Amino acid sequence: MSSTVDGIVFLALAFATIGGAVMMLATRNVVHAAFWLLEVMLATAGLYMLLSAEFLALVQVLVYAGSVAVLILFTIMLTLRRREDAIRDFEPGWGAGILAVLFGGALLFAVERFSAQMRPGVMPEVVPDVAAFGEKLFTSWAVPFEIASLVLLVALVGAVWWSGGDGQ
Amino acid sequence: MVESVTADHTVLLMFIIVGAIFVPLTLTASHLLAPSKHDERKLDTYECGSEPIGPPWVQFRVGYYVYALLFVVFDIETVFLYPWAVAFDRMVVFVLAEMIVFIAILAGGLAYAWKEGALRWR
Repeated sequence: MSSTVDGIVFLALAFATIGGAVMMLATRNVVHAAFWLLEVMLATAGLYMLLSAEFLALVQVLVYAGSVAVLILFTIMLTLRRREDAIRDFEPGWGAGILAVLFGGALLFAVERFSAQMRPGVMPEVVPDVAAFGEKLFTSWAVPFEIASLVLLVALVGAVWWSGGDGQ
Repeated sequence: MVESVTADHTVLLMFIIVGAIFVPLTLTASHLLAPSKHDERKLDTYECGSEPIGPPWVQFRVGYYVYALLFVVFDIETVFLYPWAVAFDRMVVFVLAEMIVFIAILAGGLAYAWKEGALRWR
């Protein structure tokens, strides 16, 4: 029963992820593409949730769907001057088509050839939750955690310095 | 170990179902119950009365990007605060000091941004 529900949810999320990615590539408007990317990120967070990777799902929603999507939209806002700039003509290229077919063929061949040798992953009996993750992070990995704050500080100071402060 | 509520996906499923019902329900209810008086002004971009000038597609100043970058930095800080807050009750005081150092380092960066005037609205 539970595995059936999991299967249905997985199919829905997989469809949302791949469909969103295809729509992102197919749409001609760059703003629409950004929002499709956001949809893909959220669906991926759902897939992580399905794997009981709660923290990864949290990071996916907060960092990717939250800030990276905002950065992408800001970049679009900063670079486009008119509505026409956002819209790209549909220009199918033979080279791209041949490359896609070759790549897809290689991928299918690899899956067909090597899938028997690879065993499917097995979920552990007890999946560590966010609390267990936090416990580990703040005891065994305390120093890398503090280094992360320094990396963030560098990013912050760099962003402020690069923007030229108050423009004097 | 305390049984995690978030691990129980039935709660999440219930939340999604209730949310999926709630939104169309409120929209339909307001559509049915509210009096509908159509007006040209109501179709304006800003119903409060500000009239938009020029096209909405303009190039924004690059200064906005700093706010976006600052947002990313503090967003990642929030990501670290989550496991800290969840695991807080089973850890020693050292972990509290750890988080204070973490926030202090980032607060130093924020103070630098403040001093440089990056937070001033221009």
